[in-house]
Amino acid sequence: MNARTRKVVPALGLGAALLVGAEPAFAQAVAPQWRYLTFGVFAAIIGLTMYVTYLAAKRVKTSADFYTAGGGVSGLQNGWAIAGDYLSAASFLGIAGLISLYGYDGFMYSVGWLVAYITVLLVIAEPCRNIGKYTMGDILAFRNNPKTVKAFMAVSTITVSTFYLTAQMVGGGVLVKTLIGIDYEYSVIAVGILMLGYVIFGGMVATTWVQIIKAILLVVASLVMVFMVWSQYGFGGPEYFQKVIGDPKIQARVGSLLGDAANNLTGSELGQRFLEPGLYLKSPIDQISLGMALVLGTAGMPHILMRFFTVPTAQQARISVIWAMAIIGGFYVLTLFLGTGAAMLVGPTNIIAADRGGNMAAPLLAQFLGGGPDSMLGNLMLSFVAAVAFATIVAVVAGLVLAAASAMSHDIWVGIVKGEHATDEEEKRAARICTLIVGALAIVIGILAQGQNVAHLVALAFAVAASANLPVVLLTLYWKRCNTGGVVAGLVVGTLTAIGLVLVSPNMTYPMQLKAAQQKIVDANAPVIEKLTASVATTTDAAAQDKIKKDLAAAQKAKAGAEAALAKIGAETTSLVGLEKPLFELRNPGLISIPLGFLAVLIGSLLYRDRRAEEMWDELYVRSNTGIGRAVAAAH
Amino acid sequence: MATINWAAIDSDPRFRDLHDRKTRFLWGLMAFSVAYYFLLPIGAAYFADLYKVKVWGPINVGLLFALSQFLVAWAIAYIYARRASQFDEMAEKIARDADTIGVRK
Repeated sequence: MNARTRKVVPALGLGAALLVGAEPAFAQAVAPQWRYLTFGVFAAIIGLTMYVTYLAAKRVKTSADFYTAGGGVSGLQNGWAIAGDYLSAASFLGIAGLISLYGYDGFMYSVGWLVAYITVLLVIAEPCRNIGKYTMGDILAFRNNPKTVKAFMAVSTITVSTFYLTAQMVGGGVLVKTLIGIDYEYSVIAVGILMLGYVIFGGMVATTWVQIIKAILLVVASLVMVFMVWSQYGFGGPEYFQKVIGDPKIQARVGSLLGDAANNLTGSELGQRFLEPGLYLKSPIDQISLGMALVLGTAGMPHILMRFFTVPTAQQARISVIWAMAIIGGFYVLTLFLGTGAAMLVGPTNIIAADRGGNMAAPLLAQFLGGGPDSMLGNLMLSFVAAVAFATIVAVVAGLVLAAASAMSHDIWVGIVKGEHATDEEEKRAARICTLIVGALAIVIGILAQGQNVAHLVALAFAVAASANLPVVLLTLYWKRCNTGGVVAGLVVGTLTAIGLVLVSPNMTYPMQLKAAQQKIVDANAPVIEKLTASVATTTDAAAQDKIKKDLAAAQKAKAGAEAALAKIGAETTSLVGLEKPLFELRNPGLISIPLGFLAVLIGSLLYRDRRAEEMWDELYVRSNTGIGRAVAAAH
Repeated sequence: MATINWAAIDSDPRFRDLHDRKTRFLWGLMAFSVAYYFLLPIGAAYFADLYKVKVWGPINVGLLFALSQFLVAWAIAYIYARRASQFDEMAEKIARDADTIGVRK
């Protein structure tokens, strides 16, 4: 059991992806007689966001309103919206689940997501506000060849957004299917259409407000649940953790994770082990590689950077990051108690039974706290958490689609095709058409990717953002000699190495390795079955015979399962790119691809002479530090 | 805006002062925060025994260190916010004179 679980959960795949690896084991969360509660809560939350979109749509008059809410969002509002954009279903469900199943390692895993914002705060947010207008391409175009860098940056933006989007759509489809019991395809279509409604009609104004509403709901739901857990087990502090290590369900879980190593440990030693590292994260180098991608990648995420164009000044951009850090950090501290609370109240066995990746930990905890699966309040709380999770996915997807669509319409269509000569009305229409294209694409990809292992896509999105987007933005802003040659080289090398390394990494499926593992199970069980079959005949004691029969049935089931898996793999011998085994051992390419991305910008800039880029340096650097001449916010 | 002499502002002593202070402060803080963060996974991998030392009931060094990451991140945000208002003042003074610095009449 333990070895199996560890294999099933993608070692460092991020939370959203965990939603997916576990699909087959999903159980129906809400019983049919309580379904009306679910629909009621969903209708209320969707109705609220629709009303906000209706109000927002009236305020979207220009393309600036559509892309950046006219720069009229305050720092506090933007901070909540950033938190809403960032706290995806992965953080909410994935990390709480990881903590409920693996204890300390799950919590340690959440730290990098907050630390990432220090990079955003210190070196990215304010200069980007002072230099940029609507897209990342605008920042690069300031001192480089505008058409060239916009083309490459738009492709990179769309690539990163699509990776992240696919993971969200697939995870969202599975989640909605589990929580409210509608088909996967309809779930994906529902997420897609709702999101398109917000973005097309309300642009950035509606997207911002949907993100704010969702972040507030998420924080309130988590706070209520944590206080309910605390009221049973003590308010944080040593007495709370004493209950954690003394909990028999947690002790049993650690025992099964440790296997033979657990034999001579006492119950409380096993419980203590839950608060120590090493139950989940096995490869420190991979962990560091992921940490690099998070710390540098968040600052290169197009949908995160775009949020800084919505505030009027660099000061407001700073305030918004500080609010975002307070909200996001506070939320991750709460997940420690959501996770351990779910482990004590629901129990790891039940959490795994609902979903092997642990994503149902928080919803099941809500159900338990409300009085259990047979109570009305329990199901109401479950429905509320489910609706918040749904709103989460829609809000995150809306931000991503808006970022990708802006790159398409503002950078490619207006910037390149029309050579910056488009009226505002034309640009606004183009932005809406591009949103429709990206949104339709997201729905199609979401349906096509059903059941696929998209575990590596979130990590890959962060890796590309850290290896391609961040080096070019950072060096454009801070290095005088950076130029078009460096930007193009950095984007190409960073993107291709990050994707290339993942294609040859253990993230891909290797039929030969799978076969070997399954064959091992078949081989190990065959003699056991033979021996047990023989001893059934010779044993006369009824109790002993029952036990043997039970063991026999288990062994036969394991063998049959492995044989079915072997048959499913069939004659395939190589992975997607024709490899029998991984060429590259790390699941997270950041450790290699990030330095290569930076190096490519350096070399590309030095080889390519561009006098304009250097002449423009003074202006860029003075503007980014003083805010002189920045695009002035529309008065709202 | 066309009248602004960017090169002159860039070499203006007040802007140079702002640049020097900001560069030192920001990259120093950045280096510290990155180093402090990576100590967590590195420590978990290579100093696991230290993480297991119990400090306060069952609460061990590892748990406190992980929680300290949140406090340090917030502290950095707070320190930066306070310091940045000084940078804002310096930048504002330069911006106010932007039209006159280095303009040849």
